[in-house]
Formats: sequence, C-alpha cells, structure tokens
Amino acid sequence: MAQKTISEQYAEQGAQAPRPSAVTRPFAWTGKKVVRWVSELGASAIFLGKALSMIIRPKQFGAIVRQTYHIGARSTSIIALVALFTGMVLGLQSYNSLVQYGAQGTLGALVALSLIRELGPVLTAVMITARAGSAMAAEIGMQRISEQIDALQTMRVDPIRFLVSPKIAASIISFPILTAFFDLIGIIGAYVPSVILLDMDAGAYIYRVQSSVDLNDVTEGFIKSLVFAVIVSAVSCYQGYFTHMRTDGHGAKAVGLSTTSAVVISCALILISDYVVTSLLM
Amino acid sequence: MIEFKNVTKRFGDLAVLEKVNLTIQEGEITTIIGLSGAGKSVLLKHIIGLLAPDEGAILFYGKPLKQMKKSERNSLLQRVSYMFQNNALFDSMTILENVALPLQQTTNLPKKETQRRSMAMIEQMELADVAHKYPTELSGGMQKRAALARALVTEPQIVLFDEPTTGQDPIRKNAILGMIARYKKKFGFTAVLISHEIPDVFFISNRVIVLHEKKVVFQGTPEELEVFDHPLIDEMVSSLEGLKEELTGLYSRRHFKARYKTAFSKRPDKQTYAVAVFSLNDPEVINERLGHGKAQEILRSMSVYIDKHFGAVGGFSTRYKISEIVTALPYSDLKEAERILKDFARDFQERGIGHIVPAARNGATKSAEFTISAGLAQGAPSATPDSIIKSAVSNKKEIARFQCESRR
Repeated sequence: MAQKTISEQYAEQGAQAPRPSAVTRPFAWTGKKVVRWVSELGASAIFLGKALSMIIRPKQFGAIVRQTYHIGARSTSIIALVALFTGMVLGLQSYNSLVQYGAQGTLGALVALSLIRELGPVLTAVMITARAGSAMAAEIGMQRISEQIDALQTMRVDPIRFLVSPKIAASIISFPILTAFFDLIGIIGAYVPSVILLDMDAGAYIYRVQSSVDLNDVTEGFIKSLVFAVIVSAVSCYQGYFTHMRTDGHGAKAVGLSTTSAVVISCALILISDYVVTSLLM
Repeated sequence: MIEFKNVTKRFGDLAVLEKVNLTIQEGEITTIIGLSGAGKSVLLKHIIGLLAPDEGAILFYGKPLKQMKKSERNSLLQRVSYMFQNNALFDSMTILENVALPLQQTTNLPKKETQRRSMAMIEQMELADVAHKYPTELSGGMQKRAALARALVTEPQIVLFDEPTTGQDPIRKNAILGMIARYKKKFGFTAVLISHEIPDVFFISNRVIVLHEKKVVFQGTPEELEVFDHPLIDEMVSSLEGLKEELTGLYSRRHFKARYKTAFSKRPDKQTYAVAVFSLNDPEVINERLGHGKAQEILRSMSVYIDKHFGAVGGFSTRYKISEIVTALPYSDLKEAERILKDFARDFQERGIGHIVPAARNGATKSAEFTISAGLAQGAPSATPDSIIKSAVSNKKEIARFQCESRR
C-alpha cells in the first residue's frame, strides 16, 4: 500500500497539516519538483531497461525491419535536405571567415570535423526526433487512450515488447547510418559554395577532408548517434506509453501534450548528452 | 469457477466496488446488469487482471489470484479473452491482421494455419469482404464483429464481453447474442457479459448478477430475477427494459405478465380464453445455412404477422424464449383461435418469408428447410399462465414448412 502523505496522516488524527509559510514555500515547491523528477527518471530507466531486454526475442525480427523502414528509410529525404543546406551554409560562412586570415585552405578540415564530430549526429538526431520521435509518441499515446494497449495485455502480449522494443532497436540501427549519410551529404554541400561558387581549389578541399578525419572522429560521431538513438526512442515511447497518467490533460489533448513533451525533452537531452559524451571522449 | 470475496475497489476517494461477493459458474453465461457507472466494466477488468482489488480477493478454482505464481497466473489468464466496449481494434492493422494477432503472438502455429483460422472466424462474422480493410473504414457494427472474432479466435476458456451489442440494430443485437450462445455451446467456454439489452440478453443467460450502488444486490437465474420482489431492482430493470422488445415489437415478458394478470384476474370463472405458442425451429441451422441474422429476421416477420392476425381480435404477445412467441387471446375460445391460426399460417407462408430469403428453385442443389410449429391451449382464470403455456407447448405441431435457397 502506498505510504500516506503528510496531509493524510494529519487528517487521520483529525488535525490539519501545517501550511507552508512564505519562507518554506519555495523549498516545498522545489522539493516536490525534484522528487517528481527523480521518480520519473527512475520510471524511465526501468522502462528503458525492460524495453532493451526484450529486443532479442522471438517474433521481433519482422517488427524491427518494419520500424527501421519507418524510422530510418523514410527519414533519408529530410536528412539529405537538411544535410545539404547545413553543409552549404557551413561552407559559405566558414570560407568568408577563413579567407580574412588566409586560412581558406583549411576549409575542408573544418567542415569535415564539424560535421562528423558534432553537427552530423546532433542535427540527425534532432530531425529524426521531429519526424519519427513525435510520430512514436503520438501513435503509442493514441493506442493508450483507445485501450489498444489494454487489449494487448488481455491477449497476454507484452505491450513494451510488442510496441516499444522494435522502435528502440530500429533507432539503434537507423541513427548511425543516417548520421553517416548526413556527414557525406554535408561535406558535398560545403563543396558547392566554396569550390563552385567561390573558386576554392577542389583538390585542396578534398585533400583536407581526407587528411583531417581519422577513426577517432568517426567513432566519436558513431557513439553519439547511438546514445541519441536510445534517448530519442526511449523518451518518445515513454511519453506516449504513459499518456493516460498525465494530470495536465486527457484524451486527445493528452496525446498532443505527450508528443510535445517527447520532442522537447528529446532535444534537450540530445544537447546535454552531446556535451557529456564529448567531454568523456576527449 | 470465479469468485469475488469482499472485493473493494477505489479510484482516489471514489469507491466503485464495495465488498462485492459473487460467483461465476463454469460453462454458463452470466450477465451483469446495472445502471451506467455502477462498476460493471471495473468488475470485469478485475477478472482479466487489468485491475487489482484494493481489498478482498479474487479466486479462480478456489485459489486466490494474488497467491498464484507468475507463471501459473499467466497460464490461467492466457485462457481468458476480453472484448472491449469500444472494440480496441488496432487501427494500423487490417481486420485480418487484427484477428490473427493473438494467434500470431501467443502461439507457435505456422503462418498458414494462423491465416486459415483467422479467415474462418472472419467468415463466421460475415466480414470476409472487408478482411483487408482497416477498422476506420468499417461501420461500428462491423468493427464490433471484428472485435468479437478476435476475442474468439484463440478458443478461450473464459470470454468476457463488455457490452457486445452496443450500437447495433435489433436484428444484429440478437444475432450477436445468439452467436455468443452458439459459440458457447460449440466451444464450451464460460461467458461473462455486461449488457443493457434487457430482456434480449436474458434469453441466452444462465445467471444474472445485478450491480447497484457498488454492491451485488441479486445473483440468480433470469426467471428468479423476474419474480424477485425488490422495489429498487424493479425500478432499475424497468428503466433498462422498456415497454416493448426491440426485435419483435412485442411486449417484454414482464409487461406481458402484468397485462395477463390485469386481463384475466377479474374475469368470471366460466369465461375461457386461449393461449397460442409459436416456435421457429432450429434457428442455428437457419443462421448457418441461410446467413447470419436470418433467424432473427424471420422471427421479427413472424411477430409482425402474429400481431396482425391475433392483435386484431385483442390478442397480445411476448417473446417467451429465444425463438418462441406466446400469444394470449382474452376474447377468443379455442375454436376461434384455431381458425385464426390457419389464416396466419397461410398468410405467413405466402408473404412472410419471401423478402427475407428467396424460395428454393426447382431442382436447386443447395436448399435449406425450416419449419414453424404452433400449439394452442384453452385457458381458465383459475389456471396459472405457466401451466397454460406448458399445455400449449405440449400441443405443438408443424403449421408451416419452408424451403429456401441455401448459401452453403
């Protein structure tokens, strides 16, 4: 049985719980928020652990393939578009800055390392969050409020194994591939303004790209993409799965709020974890 | 088989069930009735394990669910199926995929066998044409039947139905209730039903549980409920029942008995009257050979013609059993009743069926035959209605025979 709150304990004794004063009120408010945040963190960790443990189970292969198509393959066009213009603007801006110091020859290195180490993994993760993360949260949220998840439970089908694990597995497969794709298109994108429009030497550009990138850089980007994959899929599925427990809305409104929360929290965690992983790997 | 012992359930400060005690017998159809918000769905969700009681215990075969090991509990609940009030179909899957899902995910059957069993169930529900459509493309009634197919495809031991006939027309309602009764007979499962469809649901129920104000106020057979003298239950059942039965348009049994009492209690002793009993024989065979719901359509047509012929001489009728109609004739003796019966039989034979199922053509290889029988009895004011009806039933003989084109 859940522990009684202080108010309930006082109510049992026929007394009223003391109201927080102006001094203690901020602490009470902060305390409540922290307790709720830690509790959510714990619940999310359990949710993620359970979902990860059910990836390698019978009957999952087909579902993982389908989700990889939806999350990964169908994101290629938007990733290509964003990568192209990110590369182009990076090339343009960097050239204009470097040329002032006569260092435009290093453009290839700057572009390649920026994309492979940082921009590629982060922007790929953010775009997939916007496209597929929101869809995951909305889909699972709708399934929750229309009792489809309850229906799975009545059929003795674990809803986390059936709905969540394939999405996490598909994200782990898709994110690194899409990140590599982003990097490639971005590097090509930077080539366009700098070499074609601004007459930079193509050979110099390509030479700098090749010589500056080593395996450590690629590994760093790869690790980040994996971390982001787990974060985005877990957060999005978690928000959708517990839509019915929201206190700030019900029904369709709750699904909308869950979708928004999924995107916002995922983006924030991408940036925070980016710093953490970067500092750990340096 | 299933027992609730002092089960209490609260949602926050609101108690939905309070010290509920009930028993569900194996192999029976138990119907739970009550006003909206009485806690019927909450009670049902306890059986499937979607909710756990705050107090009390739920026992399966005498063993508390809480004390079972996880594997034992899972194995038990694997044999229970649930049909949701709002269907809970997966809208990103086709009807075939929805029906196949329980078999696919919880058994090791090969894909072909899963597909075959699922299609067979879909055909039973007359949904073969829409098997590859999505739930949002179907009408509410079709979605209901798809949900029913999904609930039955695993051949469960216990099936829980949360208002299975909501949103259906009277013919489909009775067809679904008839289907539940038929499948229960065929597969031998225990059914627990939540329904507001009084009195239709009583025709298939072995037991009725009445929930009122968070408690169980009655457990027994539908016949016992009819004579149970409790003003609160009386009022509740009357508010759910309505004056006339939806399918046939005839009086409900309760109102028939009330009118019977009024019509015959103050008559002089020597004044006799007649009672007729009509039966549509083998309704399940009719449904199977002529199409789903046909028996209900024929029964409805029978009611119309009975009312036309016998109502004209002051007779009043009720659907007494699932395919049986009883008519009381307060102003006619046996001789007159026999004459009217002959007219009814001829009229119904000529005009009552043709618009429902076509007559079999000469030399047709596939035809189905069904019969209607009727019995008459002379009543006396001193006799009880049940004894006269029993006498009429014993006098039953065939009055009409039909040969129709069969689809199988």
